[in-house]
Amino acid sequence: MSTTERKPILLDFEKPLAELEARITQIRELAEENDVDVSDEIRQLESRAMQLRQEIFSSLTPAQRLQVARHPRRPSTLDYIQAITDEWIELHGDRGGSDDPALLGGVARLNGQPVLMLGHQKGRDTKDNVARNFGQASPGGYRKALRLMEHANRFGMPIIAFINTPGAWAGLDAERLGQGEAIAYNLREMFRFEVPIICTVIGEGGSGGALGIGVGDRLLMFEHSVYYVASPEACAAILWRDAAKAPQAAEALKITAEDLRQLGLIDEILPEPVGGAHADPLKATEILREALVRHLSELNQMTGQQRRDLRYQKFRAMGIFSELSA
Amino acid sequence: MSLFDWFANRRKSGPVNQERQEREIADGLWSKCEKCGVLAYTKDLRANQMVCLECGHHARVYSDERIRQLIDPNTWKPLDEGLTAVDPLKFRDRKSYSDRLREMQEKTKLADAVQTGIGRLEGLPVALGVMDFRFMGGSMGSVVGEKLTRLIERATRERLPVVIVCASGGARMQEGMLSLMQMAKISGALDRHRDARLLYIPVLTHPTTGGVTASFAMLGDIILAEPKATIGFAGRRVVEQTLREKLPDNFQTAEYLLEHGFVDAIVPRTQLKKTLAQLIRLHQPVAAPASPPVHHLEGIRPLSKTTLE
Ligand SMILES: [Zn+2]
Repeated sequence: MSTTERKPILLDFEKPLAELEARITQIRELAEENDVDVSDEIRQLESRAMQLRQEIFSSLTPAQRLQVARHPRRPSTLDYIQAITDEWIELHGDRGGSDDPALLGGVARLNGQPVLMLGHQKGRDTKDNVARNFGQASPGGYRKALRLMEHANRFGMPIIAFINTPGAWAGLDAERLGQGEAIAYNLREMFRFEVPIICTVIGEGGSGGALGIGVGDRLLMFEHSVYYVASPEACAAILWRDAAKAPQAAEALKITAEDLRQLGLIDEILPEPVGGAHADPLKATEILREALVRHLSELNQMTGQQRRDLRYQKFRAMGIFSELSA
Repeated sequence: MSLFDWFANRRKSGPVNQERQEREIADGLWSKCEKCGVLAYTKDLRANQMVCLECGHHARVYSDERIRQLIDPNTWKPLDEGLTAVDPLKFRDRKSYSDRLREMQEKTKLADAVQTGIGRLEGLPVALGVMDFRFMGGSMGSVVGEKLTRLIERATRERLPVVIVCASGGARMQEGMLSLMQMAKISGALDRHRDARLLYIPVLTHPTTGGVTASFAMLGDIILAEPKATIGFAGRRVVEQTLREKLPDNFQTAEYLLEHGFVDAIVPRTQLKKTLAQLIRLHQPVAAPASPPVHHLEGIRPLSKTTLE
């Protein structure tokens, strides 16, 4: 959301579109040089480009959607928080010796209401990405999240979580400090909170590392975001014994927002601007803000106990199996 | 002849008739320890709960055997045996999930990767879940999630302690996000069980990894583990790729977790039933200590009879 014009980063399937746009620019320049009026032709080509963009983005394969979800310019948790809140103060630390920059949180005001916002934070550039471990949170990150959510629950602030991680950090330090325990603890405690909880997958929802802040009254997903039990790369390596089969795995794993809606696992898909959230971040921000405010006003009507019961029932119903009557 | 000599003699006689012995290993009459290589009569090994009589190595035991080890004879009531997996994603890798399921069911005679039920352990009623690594690596899909959730919910209603013997490679990828969500579902049920102040003890056996570690395996009031069991979140190879140094020798073992404060005790299998019974008894409410003499209570409105009971 910077004001300086940056060179767009193109995904391979956007190439035909980029070529067409380059041609439009070329024609415009030639026309200016030679002082001829080509506005009709330009208008036609531009509408053709718009149509092409819509076609491409309405029929993305799961593997292509994964690329959009991981797009380096895709708005991050911090981008959204700063854009949708009236005020925001980041809070730091798990009070156990660490402050994980890969999972951040703080208090904010949304539509006049004090709330707690938290989420995985991918870097906005390479250097930032390294500092934030590419959004892969450590046990300290999950424990900071827990501390902040407990804080929110005590002060009656709704919890707004943004999910965007390739997965929980899988390093030696993370294992030593109990990555499994940290995530498990959050899963259980998130069922206890009486305040509303809304979780939104804004990019990539990577397995247990995503679920570690993902137990909510509402689960929303941006149109081109993905949520998976195992990354298509890891799944392909294990089940196909060939990491190059990742596109097949992406297809088979049912990772897209539409797939997950059909499986009854998410509540709503937030539409993205044509070309993805990064093509028009302000538009994406408006869509997100509207949805959060709307769900929040519904959840605000309930008592804490009602929210807890409904949250339990929501997850209780997840799973598909067959049962022979005894 | 002492029992030890008897075993020693028996071992000595081994190589003499190697051909016959190999045939008997194949027949299952003899078992070779995968750790120290020593041979033992399978019957003796089984009597020692599949713990090597020579080196103490804990060979894998499957769910039926484990239930026999832990539950008093004729007290086991299995639950939800009619639950079986479907193929909700129509998942196909090199083989279709439906085919895999059918093969697994035929091979293991199990419905899925967990058995649940109510039984008595040294006379104490418990809700027990036992995962079975034979069935697709003990992976957790909708059936494992549902059976464990129902078990925990029932235990909450009937005020029973829950024991879950974990053995799992993690979530079942063939069920996609449905399997990930089982982690949350089971954790939610455990929250209610905990709210009712009931005891939950997971027993971590080899291996306990991935999504099981990041949910119910780590949510025990008290967490027990078997000696040398592999326990971790991320796969060892994945962790190795993030490092230049070598991993510690005991990395992701029960001993490593004990050292770092994530399990309460490592219990040899031969002591497991006794230890569980002891822990359950220690957490049972005891009759209130004798009331103070009545004259201390003068002037205080007596509690109703029902409250005292
Ligand atoms: Zn041995």
